[in-house]
Amino acid sequence: MPRSLAASPPVDHPTGPDLPMVQARAVRKAFGDNEVLKGIDLTVDPGQVVSLLGPSGSGKSTFLRCINHLESIDAGEISVNGSLVGYRRQGGKKHELRPAEVAAARRDVGMVFQSFNLFPHLTAVQNVMEAPIYVKRQNRDAAKAHALELLARVGLADKTAAYPAHLSGGQQQRVAIARALAMEPRLMLFDEPTSALDPELVGEVLDVIKTLAADGMTMIVVTHEIGFAREVCDRVVFMDGGVIVEQGTPADVLTNPQHARTKSFLSKVL
Amino acid sequence: MTAQTVLPTESGHAEEPIVRLRHRGRWVAGAVLLVLAAMFVNFLATSPKLRLDLVVGYLFERSILQGLLVTLELTAAAMLVGVVLGTVLAMMRLSDNPMLRGVATGYVAVFRGTPILVQLLFWFFLGTVLPQISLGIPFGPEFFSISTNTLITQFAAAILGLGLNEAAYMAEIVRAGIGSVDKGQTEAAQALSMSPWLAYRRVVLPQAARLIVPPTANEVISMLKLTSLALVIGLPELTTTAQLIYGRNFQQIPLLIVASIWYLVLTTILTFIQSRIERRTSRGVLGATRRRTRFAIGGR
Ligand SMILES: Nc1ncnc2c1ncn2[C@@H]1O[C@H](COP(=O)(O)OP(=O)(O)OP(=O)(O)O)[C@@H](O)[C@H]1O
Ligand SMILES: [Mg+2]
Repeated sequence: MPRSLAASPPVDHPTGPDLPMVQARAVRKAFGDNEVLKGIDLTVDPGQVVSLLGPSGSGKSTFLRCINHLESIDAGEISVNGSLVGYRRQGGKKHELRPAEVAAARRDVGMVFQSFNLFPHLTAVQNVMEAPIYVKRQNRDAAKAHALELLARVGLADKTAAYPAHLSGGQQQRVAIARALAMEPRLMLFDEPTSALDPELVGEVLDVIKTLAADGMTMIVVTHEIGFAREVCDRVVFMDGGVIVEQGTPADVLTNPQHARTKSFLSKVL
Repeated sequence: MTAQTVLPTESGHAEEPIVRLRHRGRWVAGAVLLVLAAMFVNFLATSPKLRLDLVVGYLFERSILQGLLVTLELTAAAMLVGVVLGTVLAMMRLSDNPMLRGVATGYVAVFRGTPILVQLLFWFFLGTVLPQISLGIPFGPEFFSISTNTLITQFAAAILGLGLNEAAYMAEIVRAGIGSVDKGQTEAAQALSMSPWLAYRRVVLPQAARLIVPPTANEVISMLKLTSLALVIGLPELTTTAQLIYGRNFQQIPLLIVASIWYLVLTTILTFIQSRIERRTSRGVLGATRRRTRFAIGGR
């Protein structure tokens, strides 16, 4: 099983000791009349693993997608590693960036989706090599060597030439994690990475995420796996109705929730 | 209703033979067709006015072969215009810019909503209302000017007429192909910090191609036959050439048969190629499936 996952140890990154990896302030987002995020404040420090819990429709995915600007926000601000996401501050205003600039700004953030979203026309190793070659303009051989190494680390050394359709869900998700890691992100976002998996395949994906956590990767994980949150996460954030209802250590939030809404949610999922 | 009682014998009725259904209708239909075919062959063989010997004589005649070449060139050029412009139009229709979307929608409406014959004539006669085509700053100085009739030759008018019309159809085909690619694919590409254009080129288009290629092959086959419409502007492709010859010797049917034989040969070849392509692309998204199936079929 995986040994060390982080492409390079996070200490290599010149991150200031006081600079949070993610800082969200008063983030608001609406789809038409439907206000989905109603002022989210969240700080995630480098190396922290935060899990985001909450009932369906509470805005977890939307918030996660705002962090790498897959959704634009309506008010407030989000910064990753000190730089504003999706906007440029100028003359007391935040100006929206152009698509190519947004793309460049996403380099530090990796994302793993519930439905894997592997590129079906490419093999596992090609999936992993794609962005390093075409975005980072890495030399093909170097990118391939790195991709093979990452696939070995997620336990897929024997599946590098397989197309996604010939892999199990758990294998596909592990390729997706390797693919995100190939860009050497400082922050990883996981949106229910195991929800689409058969129960017996959940463990292999969570194991990979645990290894990442042990390597000091900063991560935000939307999950319904309470056991995972308890074991791996430094902090649990409970969202409901577009706001953060409560947050704290897993012990506090999961064992001794303060809010009625948290209690009722936990009583359903536990 | 009387249910036949089945006696529980040792073997049931397992030993009774099965009698197949007789398809009497098939035999009758076959016989009718056979008679009709015999009448047709008899007509071909015995009609003194039908000079089948001319068919053989003209099949490889020089001007016919030259016309055939023009037909092939025109098909290729018009399809090239159609595919390139059609892809651009499809991307315009899918863009966020309402102006681009509007222009593309209007283009498709105009070119699909008017007869292709009219479009061909339109480009051919453009010179009558626009004698000069010039390159320069709009409403400003001209750098370069050329007579429309010099620029839009018969061949160019045919390429424009067929190609611009084809673009409207290709736009729909490409748009359907792109639309079929899951949105999660673009998002995954974006999350890997690919620019929109890179995501299109490396992730969306290769997947869309699977759905775009088979109908495009159909379009090529249609185009091959549509080139015969260039007759109305007098471009000496296959049909026009046949017409020019029968205009002199009044052997219309033999020459039309000559042209038809060539069209049939070409469409047969294209259909064969198309079925090969379709077999490849319909084997799923995957190179891997493809390779596997090939082994399974037994190294074909
Ligand atoms: N692209 C969109 N357009 C319109 N409404 C949307 C869009 N995306 C999400 N929503 C709405 O925003 C709300 C929050 O959705 P979100 O996906 O963030 O919830 P979630 O907490 O991730 O839920 P789940 O646990 O079901 O994934 C929902 O009411 C959803 O219908
Ligand atoms: Mg969600």
